[in-house]
Amino acid sequence: MNAADWVVLLGTLLGIAAYGVWRTRHVHSLNTYLRGDAAIGWGTIGLSVMATQASAVTFLSIPGQGFESGIGFVQNYFGMPVALIIVCAVFLPMYRRLNVYTAYQFLGQRFDEKTRLLGAGLFLVQRGLSAGVTIYAPAIIISTVLGWRLDLVVVFTGLLVLAYTVTGGSEAVALTHRWQVAVIWAGMVTAVVVLLLRLPAGLGLDGAVHLAGAMGKLQAVDFSLDPSRRYTVWTGVFGGLFLSLSYFGTDQSQVQRYIAGPSLRNSRLGLMFNAVLKIPMQFVILVLGALLFVFYQFVPSPVFFNQAEWRRHAQDGRFHAIEVEHAGAVAQSQSAIRGWLEARASDDVAREANAQAAMVAASQHSRLIRTEAKAALVAADPRAKTKDSDYVFITFILTQLPHGAVGLLLAVMFSAALSSTASELAALGTTTTVDVWRHLRPLAAADEARNMRVARRFTALWGAVAVAFALFAGFAENLIEAINILGSVFYGVLLGLFLVAFFLRRVGGTAVFLAAAIAEALVIVMYFSLNIGYLWYNIIGCAACIVFSLVLQAVLPPRARSVEGPAA
Amino acid sequence: MRPASRADGRTEAEPPNVPGFRTWRGVYLFVFGWFVLVTVLLAVFTAIFS
Repeated sequence: MNAADWVVLLGTLLGIAAYGVWRTRHVHSLNTYLRGDAAIGWGTIGLSVMATQASAVTFLSIPGQGFESGIGFVQNYFGMPVALIIVCAVFLPMYRRLNVYTAYQFLGQRFDEKTRLLGAGLFLVQRGLSAGVTIYAPAIIISTVLGWRLDLVVVFTGLLVLAYTVTGGSEAVALTHRWQVAVIWAGMVTAVVVLLLRLPAGLGLDGAVHLAGAMGKLQAVDFSLDPSRRYTVWTGVFGGLFLSLSYFGTDQSQVQRYIAGPSLRNSRLGLMFNAVLKIPMQFVILVLGALLFVFYQFVPSPVFFNQAEWRRHAQDGRFHAIEVEHAGAVAQSQSAIRGWLEARASDDVAREANAQAAMVAASQHSRLIRTEAKAALVAADPRAKTKDSDYVFITFILTQLPHGAVGLLLAVMFSAALSSTASELAALGTTTTVDVWRHLRPLAAADEARNMRVARRFTALWGAVAVAFALFAGFAENLIEAINILGSVFYGVLLGLFLVAFFLRRVGGTAVFLAAAIAEALVIVMYFSLNIGYLWYNIIGCAACIVFSLVLQAVLPPRARSVEGPAA
Repeated sequence: MRPASRADGRTEAEPPNVPGFRTWRGVYLFVFGWFVLVTVLLAVFTAIFS
């Protein structure tokens, strides 16, 4: 990085944060602080929803996913359009009619206080812990490749996001999201253009796409019913529907984004904007990854993209031998690719098929050597980090982009981290204030100034928790995976609570509360006793909560199953 | 403190005010149709390049 990169990076990040603080310095209305500007347009709502969902990992990991496994991951988003239609038609009108600040207030009004606290508690535990991961995950990658101190990156990110989130609350989050998304799009377009310009002369976009396809990187959809396949149209449509419905319908970090605005129309259009754009956007990011794969067929690439980790362990001759073997395999692969390009130009179908088979075989040989390299790392240190696909795009950025653009792309990563963290912290502060603090201090609910002070303090407190967690996460890497699993363990039951509230009008507060508690216990017991993919717990938890609610409503004595709970 | 009420029956019935669409059902059908179209295009893309 040179001075131009630093100017672009710091100018972008500090400029957006300062803009957020300055524009919201006069926010004294609790309604604006917790829900955002009442005059916000549908475009800003749409961008804010998009920025909340797209964390830095989206832009670091997904190109790596395209590089490593192809673009089939796009199917994971197939459930999202239908989920957003359901949120627009069912969830959103109810939230606006009841004029709630949080999704869990709705549970209080539909059922009772204990169910509201249960919903809020599930959200706070899950989102409170994952906010630290949102900061830590990109910080560890960026600090590793640039040799920066991890703790400084974490603290810088935390302080920056806290500056405008605590000052301006939900309004500052939405305002900064607009600019952060603009930076993200500008940066990604820059990266795509540079990548296309750096492809070998004569190959072009058409040749690169055909090459990626021939290498098996462009299978976007898979209609297979084989349950062992990770990404298919069916897992995307059905699993993705549950995940998206949980996330967009019940997670306050998203609900807070779209309940802002002057009308139901603006909120709905903001969500429909995402329903239309999300799949094409993810497709482009994944294709970028597939084109990176093509690019690294022609440019010398490291055998292991996390070079800091590789150098830390590559002390003996075995690692050097792997590097030499990899360089030979890459040369062989390049020769096979040139053979395929010539065969393709000759219009000889049989020759082209033979050349393609040779090219795929050479590519698989390179892949085997990369697998061998990972095995060598584990042999040297069982705790070595062997997932290097997250480092592919950042390696391309740092080695291939011109100065200035490197700073812009790093600003993309930080902007994405800041945008999702800001939504999380605002949602955590709002939920703690509205659903927990007000429950404990019901008389203080009428004091707007005091509510503002408390909301700011809780937002700052959650920020401190997230930063502290991110600082210590390095000592407990396994904890991060556990927290990702924790999300699936809690999300299903939370969605079940809301689906009962919306669609099973005869089920009362006590029945659904007990059902949710039993369903959650069941999911936790299953998690510790079964060996199934943790995404399944979303569906299991949701279904268990609904079924138990119906059963308990039928068997509980009439007094205990009253349908109408007290108002929030 | 209760937030000032902004929602009523009128806002729920408000039209989308999007050119070409008179009802929200039309907007939802368009979005669903767009999703189906994108899926078909991705299937065609897969068939051509895979």
